[in-house]
Amino acid sequence: MFLINCPFCGEREQSEFKAGGEAHIERPKQPTELSDDEWAEFLFMRKNIKGVQFERWNHAHGCRKWFNIARDTSNDQIKAVYKMGEKPPVK
Amino acid sequence: MKNKYSIFSLIKNAFSNHENWEKAWKDPEPKKEYDAIIVGGGGHGLATAYYLAKKHNMKNIAVVEKGWIGGGNTGRNTTIIRSNYLWDASAGLYDHALKIWEGLSQELNYNIMFSQRGVMNLAHNLQDVRDLKRRTHANRLNGIDAVYLNTEEVKKFCPIINTSQDIRYPVLGGTLQRRAGTARHDAVAWGYARGADEMGVDIIQNCEVKGIKRNGDTVEGIETTKGFIKTKKIGVVAAGHSSVLANMAGLKLPLESKPLQALVSEPVKPIIDTVVMSNAVHAYVSQSDKGELVIGAGTDDYISYSQKGSHDIVEGTLNAILELYPIFSRMRMLRQWGGIVDICPDASPIISKTSVKGLYFNCGWGTGGFKATPGSGDLFAHTIANDEPHKLNAAFNLNRFVSGDLVDEHGAAAVAH
Repeated sequence: MFLINCPFCGEREQSEFKAGGEAHIERPKQPTELSDDEWAEFLFMRKNIKGVQFERWNHAHGCRKWFNIARDTSNDQIKAVYKMGEKPPVK
Repeated sequence: MKNKYSIFSLIKNAFSNHENWEKAWKDPEPKKEYDAIIVGGGGHGLATAYYLAKKHNMKNIAVVEKGWIGGGNTGRNTTIIRSNYLWDASAGLYDHALKIWEGLSQELNYNIMFSQRGVMNLAHNLQDVRDLKRRTHANRLNGIDAVYLNTEEVKKFCPIINTSQDIRYPVLGGTLQRRAGTARHDAVAWGYARGADEMGVDIIQNCEVKGIKRNGDTVEGIETTKGFIKTKKIGVVAAGHSSVLANMAGLKLPLESKPLQALVSEPVKPIIDTVVMSNAVHAYVSQSDKGELVIGAGTDDYISYSQKGSHDIVEGTLNAILELYPIFSRMRMLRQWGGIVDICPDASPIISKTSVKGLYFNCGWGTGGFKATPGSGDLFAHTIANDEPHKLNAAFNLNRFVSGDLVDEHGAAAVAH
């Protein structure tokens, strides 16, 4: 359990949010051009980092908006919160 | 040759106040080179080493473990063993394991306290009823014992369940696998360690893997806190940390690591003599031989290696437990903990070769790996020794995420993931 500083609502309990997994995985622009390996990479393969990871979160029980977080998965400390479309902060 | 454990050895050692028992396994320093190295000294890793030595005659092998053996998820799970999975591939895999469990104490000469007390899965809505009936039929077609119980039969089998129909999630029925049950999780690791050690396997504790050395598409060895160890075959069985190990070898896996929590109550007299699981409300409970209620909660939905789960998950599980078992309302919980489980997109494990020659992964067991320990070790050993999967784990390859031939046990496997 930890607190998340929603960029729209402020600090709330993590249980109000839904985790959306690894951030910055771009949907392929030309899906029909992809090989099976590339599809698998997009759909299933994940970095699953132990350390600082960029991830998507949704304030499901609040404003329902999506945003990004840089979080250290080894101790759940949030390093930065930034909006969708913004570049991840430099470590 | 190790002394066999028996009533006679027990009496003999009683005369020396049990101070002269032979060590169950050695504590060696790593050699420079092994024929194969297993990374991860949990139940699955130790079982793999045991079967590599026993069935494939590979004696010059080592198990390297970051902490102490059985100190990871092997010691954190809720010890439930069952094989009532829906799909043929899963049924084959888990029932293979269950059949080995049935003779394991004798085989290892180590009491793993395997108890076939039955596992009952509850249905709380019409869809649950349909799914559970379908799974019962599927199980029986695969030769796995399964019966469907109506509400009265559920009550008869486990009288402390609240079967009144005016609760939020009433019990509409359930399934029962009588061959299922529990085992002592630590003893499984210790028994396999003792057996593997006897056949010459080096069990190296406090030895963390820091890197996997590759030469092009072949493995050369591992960098550890005890130095470099050369080998041609590496079998990684690192549960929640599988992705970390994969990243060391430059691979990505289809896994997400999440906290899974469990808790035990204060010990009480025998009150529940089976295992009851409820998928819909996510609550499962059994009673340990010490008398503690062993309760399994769900996973958090975010990736974390912190080994701490969220309080609301435990609260949700206890709410459900109290509704189903009002008799527990004044019990106090003694301990709560979290372990990190590696979950596949299809909630089925991976026992597979990789694109790197000599590198094998056994991972993705998610929330339910303990039950498969002997089968997993046996099949992984086969895969490593022959560089080919056994027919029982052929479906659980890494390539299924490319081909699309998934073994989708999400929601099908009688437990919420």
